[in-house]
Amino acid sequence: MTRTAGWADEAPDAGEEAAVSDRSRLRLAVLRILVLSLFLTLFGRLWFLQVMSGERFAQAAKNNRVRPVITAAPRGRILDSVGRELVRNRTVSVVTVDRTALDRLPEDGREVLDRLAGVLSMPATEIRGRISPCGTKPDPKSPPPPDVPCWNGSPFQPVPIMADVPDELAFRIEEHAEDFPGIEATLQSVRDYPNKSLGAHLLGYVSPITEEELVKKKYPDLQRTDLTGRAGLEQSYDADLRGRSGVKQFLVDSKGRVTGLAADTPAESGKDLVTTIDAPAQRVLEIALERAVLKARSTIDLRGNKLPFKAPSAAGVILEVDTGAIVGMASYPTYDPGLFIGGISQSNFAVLNSKEAGVPLISRATQGLFAPASTFKVVSTSAAVAQGQASLGGSYSCPGSVKFGRTFRNFDSRPLGSINLRTALVKSCDTIFYNFAIANYVADNARVDRKEKPVEAIQSMARSFGLGAKTGIDLPSESAGQITDRGFKQRRWERSKATYCDRARRGYPEQLDPVRRAFLEQLARENCSDGYRYNGGDHVNLSIGQGDTLVTPVQLARAYAALANGGKLIRPRIGKAVIDRTGKVTRVVPTVQTAKLPVSAEVLAYVRESLTGVTKPGGTAGGAFRGFDFARLDVAGKTGTAQVNDKQDTSWFASFAPAQAPKYAVVVMVEQAGTGGSIAAPAVREIYEGMYGLAGRPAAMACGLTPTALPVVRPDGSVQRPPPPCAQPRVKAPAKAPATIAPASAGRGVPLGVPAGETQVLIPIAAFAVRRRRRRAGAAR
Amino acid sequence: MTDWSTPRISPVPLGRREGWRERVLDRDSPLRRMDWVLVVAATSLGVLGAVLVWSATRTRLESAGGDPQAFLKRHALNLCLGLAMGAVAALVDYRMLRAYAPIVYVASCLGLVAVLTPLGSVINGSRSWIEVGGGFQIQPSEFAKVALVVGMAMILGEKRDAEDDPRDSDVLLVLGLAAVPMGLILLQPDFGTMMVFVFTILGVLAVSGAPARWVVGLIAAGVAAGWSILHFDMLKDYQVERFTSFANPSANLGTAGYNVNQARIAIGSGGVRGSGLFQGTQTTGQFVPEQQTDFVFTVAGEELGFVGAGLILLLLAIILWRGISIAANAGDAFGTLVASGVVSWFAFQSFVNIGMTLGIMPVTGLPLPFVSYGGSSMFATMMAIGLLCNVHMRSREWD
Repeated sequence: MTRTAGWADEAPDAGEEAAVSDRSRLRLAVLRILVLSLFLTLFGRLWFLQVMSGERFAQAAKNNRVRPVITAAPRGRILDSVGRELVRNRTVSVVTVDRTALDRLPEDGREVLDRLAGVLSMPATEIRGRISPCGTKPDPKSPPPPDVPCWNGSPFQPVPIMADVPDELAFRIEEHAEDFPGIEATLQSVRDYPNKSLGAHLLGYVSPITEEELVKKKYPDLQRTDLTGRAGLEQSYDADLRGRSGVKQFLVDSKGRVTGLAADTPAESGKDLVTTIDAPAQRVLEIALERAVLKARSTIDLRGNKLPFKAPSAAGVILEVDTGAIVGMASYPTYDPGLFIGGISQSNFAVLNSKEAGVPLISRATQGLFAPASTFKVVSTSAAVAQGQASLGGSYSCPGSVKFGRTFRNFDSRPLGSINLRTALVKSCDTIFYNFAIANYVADNARVDRKEKPVEAIQSMARSFGLGAKTGIDLPSESAGQITDRGFKQRRWERSKATYCDRARRGYPEQLDPVRRAFLEQLARENCSDGYRYNGGDHVNLSIGQGDTLVTPVQLARAYAALANGGKLIRPRIGKAVIDRTGKVTRVVPTVQTAKLPVSAEVLAYVRESLTGVTKPGGTAGGAFRGFDFARLDVAGKTGTAQVNDKQDTSWFASFAPAQAPKYAVVVMVEQAGTGGSIAAPAVREIYEGMYGLAGRPAAMACGLTPTALPVVRPDGSVQRPPPPCAQPRVKAPAKAPATIAPASAGRGVPLGVPAGETQVLIPIAAFAVRRRRRRAGAAR
Repeated sequence: MTDWSTPRISPVPLGRREGWRERVLDRDSPLRRMDWVLVVAATSLGVLGAVLVWSATRTRLESAGGDPQAFLKRHALNLCLGLAMGAVAALVDYRMLRAYAPIVYVASCLGLVAVLTPLGSVINGSRSWIEVGGGFQIQPSEFAKVALVVGMAMILGEKRDAEDDPRDSDVLLVLGLAAVPMGLILLQPDFGTMMVFVFTILGVLAVSGAPARWVVGLIAAGVAAGWSILHFDMLKDYQVERFTSFANPSANLGTAGYNVNQARIAIGSGGVRGSGLFQGTQTTGQFVPEQQTDFVFTVAGEELGFVGAGLILLLLAIILWRGISIAANAGDAFGTLVASGVVSWFAFQSFVNIGMTLGIMPVTGLPLPFVSYGGSSMFATMMAIGLLCNVHMRSREWD
């Protein structure tokens, strides 16, 4: 017999009296099994916790012990092309509440919060709302007022509850620190917009990273409290502007006492972004847009519904034709990006997105889609010549209307007789282009019948001009637009035929008006059976930029820039260079040519020359440019008046100047504002006058040129402007050069007066500013 | 397997027991008959416990400006005293043990009464301690466990003529005697210790061969009692909270759930090899409350990993395994029942304590035998080991 026992110990040696009964022996065996299984359970659980899920718990232990304290990195500035600050930072006093400190006080620091509410003249319920973590239910007894943002940061990070606190309040809180445990007044850097709403759509805005983005690791190196660009340049150059927050990883014990420093990553300042924008030119553009809108609103739509024009929105682009540099770009209505500082309230954000306010957040220049109307004729002309349908020397009939299936009329049904292509552009004849389009369409249909590929010359020319496609501008959320062709109609029909055919079968029983019902049912039947068909009418409309044709103003500006620069399609851009805090240029945004127009230099020159006639007497913009100083600046352009179902006409003017050696393309669009010649063309005139300093106005840009050199950012943050781009009398301090008249530059043909950048006086727009502010205030209410 | 029968052929002739060397090496000498596996396992646990208690208290004592080894020293002292008491329990005459049983019983009941008087002090909501000065406290309920085991064994192990199994009257007597300390403990209130009593009674009764109806009936009564305690709100709020945090660990994360959660993080983060002694961040940061006492297992889990925590489980399992073998081979029914009582007590208490740190048992204030800091617990468990050795030395296998 061995000393170690088995499961149930064997019976002792024969003859020995058993100390315990068999029943006891059995129960001991049960006890042994029970003990064994209990310990196996413990072993299993221990294995599960330590071996299977050890990683997870190791992370939990780390989270327990390490408290990150974040120091925000100052975000880089956004400068214009000569170094003027468009967006900078401002240091403000911010009152923060440390929740972990409050939680140690009786009633979670209710008394302290009430006292703080008194000092800040802010309801205590609002403070409580701001410090309560997002996702927790508000206290039903004292709910925070609506519109109070919850806290989506770390529970250990003090919560900012009021930014831009007046200094005396900040001092009061600091001096009576014993009355305000857990409350601190600290300095924080926030975005500052010295020019208020100037360039709002270009600049965009920033807001804190959300909990969801943090969880999904959308920005892997971002900290909880970091801001990130949400629109405009703030978004597209976010990585350059942001810098990196500093993080001190403090080791703490269970009481929150700091026991050591595990890691210390110092903050890295964001870099400055130099843009191609010229702030004075941008201002000229924005004022011109606003004036055009107000002018349209005080004009009666005599050709339409006899009511004043609604003019809900407008957009304008100033583009340097050789480089794609955006000198100015604006959208009306605009907004004050300062609303986003320290978190925008729900109601303000709703206003910025509301239809009633005209959805100010949308940048019409890059996101708005409009029919280009007659501005499209430069494309139609190029296509007709390229197809051999027309020649530069030929004359073609411009009747009052053309019949193809149905009747397509000239503008005001006026016949112009037999005219050449130049006159067709200058006077904006439609029927010439209808006839080319019809011939085109018939030939293409014949090709389709022969099972050949249709040429679709106008569409392919439009695409060559970059219409109906994103330009690739360095701004987020650009719209593409569309150019209609057979394939497009087919695809659209395949997507929607089920709905149409269903309606064709069931009709519109819910429609009470029998006339309307009949119309809808007819439409549904036609769309069901023939919706895929690319009709002659589609093609005729396309030839004058109507129908389903949709472009963005910046697309059109790029197309006219290509026309002006000899056929190079260049990607528009606003970023010019990125400069770090030591003044080193870390990135230069290059000029990128994406394509070349399939149009000969001869045709381009012909079209350019033709467009100079548009602004002269007899041209569609002749009235708008009456009395313009053509001796100093010749402007070429094309009007456009887009007819939109159930809406007033969209007014367009697309231009370039100087006409003989183009430097800039300027495009203005005003929605529901009348003809191109009446609203958009005068706005473009005003822009050129402001840019070049014509009609007694100060010139926005030194000799009408953008500087080639970059501004120099000094380590102390000050900016040295680049030398003016044109010849100047040699003066010691070029930045402070007095206004001089530059010698005539024969090559450019632009004899212009040039005040130097530094002494530039921004045009006061007090009247507009006040009006705008009042309106916004009203909308916010 | 070692052939333990070899010492039977002793080189020392019987009857010649003059020299101390011969006496010590005699095959009947306590030194030879001592269950060394048991003693080594229990002592190892005690030493391991000393190190873990040291690690758990070191930083706190240091930051308070005290001697960082204070708890280590006390635990070592407790261990030595415990070993001494264990030795006494092992070497005292078997018959004396039976004779002393009533005295031990009465003494422990008096102790339990004393804690309810102003003599007692309250720690963690239970009035379970008596201050004896010098920062030492006595927890009579720990000694009551020993008394219960010996008392029950005495009554149920009493052989009557030709009767193997205890009669109903014996069972009733046992239950009646056990009810007194249990009632006193419930008044403290110390729910955990009471459950140890219940389980120990069940174990001893079962092994004694008492009719199955008693065993089953007691289990049913226990379940019914547990249900009615919960149902009629007889528990203190903190006890209810402990149960709800057990059922739903994410509830009460600030209070009772906090313990469970932090304990699990500590153990889980240890991984296979642990963070190294004194290197555990949960431990040095004092994230686990009561870590040197009820939650001492978490120190092993975090700093020694699966290897160290598994070793503790293994040592406990060895002690229990040996205990059951001793029960099976005991020279008489008294020995069997004493050993089974100790095994039941240790098994239940170890399982509840470790299970609680692993999140599979509710939180109760039970120490881990040998390892947790606490003099009374150490003395009681070491005396219990002594009792096991005592039974072992009178085992049938020596005959």
